Amino acid sequence: MTPLLAAEGVTKSYGGRIGCSDVSMSLHAGEVLAIVGESGSGKTTLLRCLSGHLPVTAGKVRYTLRDGRHVSLDDLSEAERRLLMRTDWGFVHQDARDGLRMGVSAGANVGERMMAVGDRHYGRIRASAVDWLTRVEIPEDRIDDSPWSYSGGMRQRLQIARNLVTSPRLVFMDEPTGGLDVSVQARLLDLIRGLVRKLDLAAIVVTHDLAVARLLSTRMMVMQQGRVIETGLTDQVLEDPQAPYTQLLVSSVLQV
Amino acid sequence: MNPPAYNFAYLNEQTKRMIRRAILKAIAIPGYQVPFASREMPMPYGWGTGGVQVTAAVLTPDDTLKVIDQGADDTTNAVSIRKFFIKTAAVKTTERTEEASIIQTRHRIPEARLTENQILVFQVPIPEPLRFLEPRETETRKMHALEEYGVMHVKLYEDIAHYGQIATTYAYPAKVADRYVFDPSPIPKFDNPKLDNCPALQLFGAGREKRIYAIPPYTRVKSLDFEDHPFEIQTWDQPCALCGSRDSFLDEIVTDDRGGRLFVCSDTDFCARQRGEA
Repeated sequence: MTPLLAAEGVTKSYGGRIGCSDVSMSLHAGEVLAIVGESGSGKTTLLRCLSGHLPVTAGKVRYTLRDGRHVSLDDLSEAERRLLMRTDWGFVHQDARDGLRMGVSAGANVGERMMAVGDRHYGRIRASAVDWLTRVEIPEDRIDDSPWSYSGGMRQRLQIARNLVTSPRLVFMDEPTGGLDVSVQARLLDLIRGLVRKLDLAAIVVTHDLAVARLLSTRMMVMQQGRVIETGLTDQVLEDPQAPYTQLLVSSVLQV
Repeated sequence: MNPPAYNFAYLNEQTKRMIRRAILKAIAIPGYQVPFASREMPMPYGWGTGGVQVTAAVLTPDDTLKVIDQGADDTTNAVSIRKFFIKTAAVKTTERTEEASIIQTRHRIPEARLTENQILVFQVPIPEPLRFLEPRETETRKMHALEEYGVMHVKLYEDIAHYGQIATTYAYPAKVADRYVFDPSPIPKFDNPKLDNCPALQLFGAGREKRIYAIPPYTRVKSLDFEDHPFEIQTWDQPCALCGSRDSFLDEIVTDDRGGRLFVCSDTDFCARQRGEA
């Protein structure tokens, strides 16, 4: 079976500096992969390369389209790539302000992708927006409010709803719980886990928080200085880390 | 003192040629915004420097010029631009729509049906319809190139969500020849249907933003809308207080400080004609 997303030797360098180096991985439908590592280890660079936001210096990223073609992202035209980004893919930013259109209401934020793929029926767009806001636990009467009036946790949930409305098959998440307080984090993780299972989404989650990786992912990759130093099933890596750096990472989690 | 020796219609011939090239390109790609080297004009930005340059480029000594501002021939902007061309080009001017071969306009399209022998020149403040949703020029160009116009509907969605209807009443976005979404300049949406399949050539000039775009004669122009909230034009409960017309665009005029008001045609030439004057 061809994987949904596959990377072969992906390398990104910024001049002489290495962003990420020679990363290969594959992701199948419905699978959740966590990329963990400390700040500056190249997690976000890798995520941006995989999602086509950054051109790679070397290597290839391939994706299986809905029609079954397994194509390299460089071979798609820019129009096709952008269409992919707003239909088949979702991207959840760490800072919700980067992922939301802050100037318009929550309902318009959720409806934007539907309008972008050609839906021209207000009633239908509105009904979907209501449906999705309810699914991410935002009260229906907040639909016409601006995201500015939302709390951090609500903004993050709104961002997720906005991404999922076109039923993507793959969602990229960059520190989805970063900057939220612990109880809000827990609820958000719960929500993401439920949605991923229910919608059979594939996801790549970048995080520095091992707890997030443990809760969401089935497999994980540990990165250090732009290289992948360990990969495996999440439980296996966390229970029995092999690389010295992973051992250090696992042992530095505070036990309460 | 001798009067200053202007070239015909103020601009030099090289400049006019450059503007004509931009106009030809604009006509070839209906609705596409063509960049041009807009000149400093002897009037402030916002007074129609783009429209004046377009008019100057298409004007010939045999033309008859009409200039309107908000539909009226006698408002400041219209009077000063008309005087400008009388002084620099010595062309005939008129207030009658059907006598004019070139009509420069701000904020209106005349009520009288235009003909194939006429050119309508619009003064445009902000040519980019996507500007308020996407501030980056690089991005808006890409959106036009890839026909990514979903965000235009986001604005209309916001209107319906907040006001129960599409509350955009002027500069109402429309699609030209099923391809480019464009800003028809701040004309009321009442005038949008007149853009569609118009026999006259319609040229749009934005001086400060340095863009020219065009709608060739008999081109399809469709105002954006939703299936369940179709495009509608403004209506009034009463006819024009002066001429009694029920199918022209009306301006509200406050007549005293006790709440007295009057609704009259904004197109002064049309109104006078209805009353049998002029």
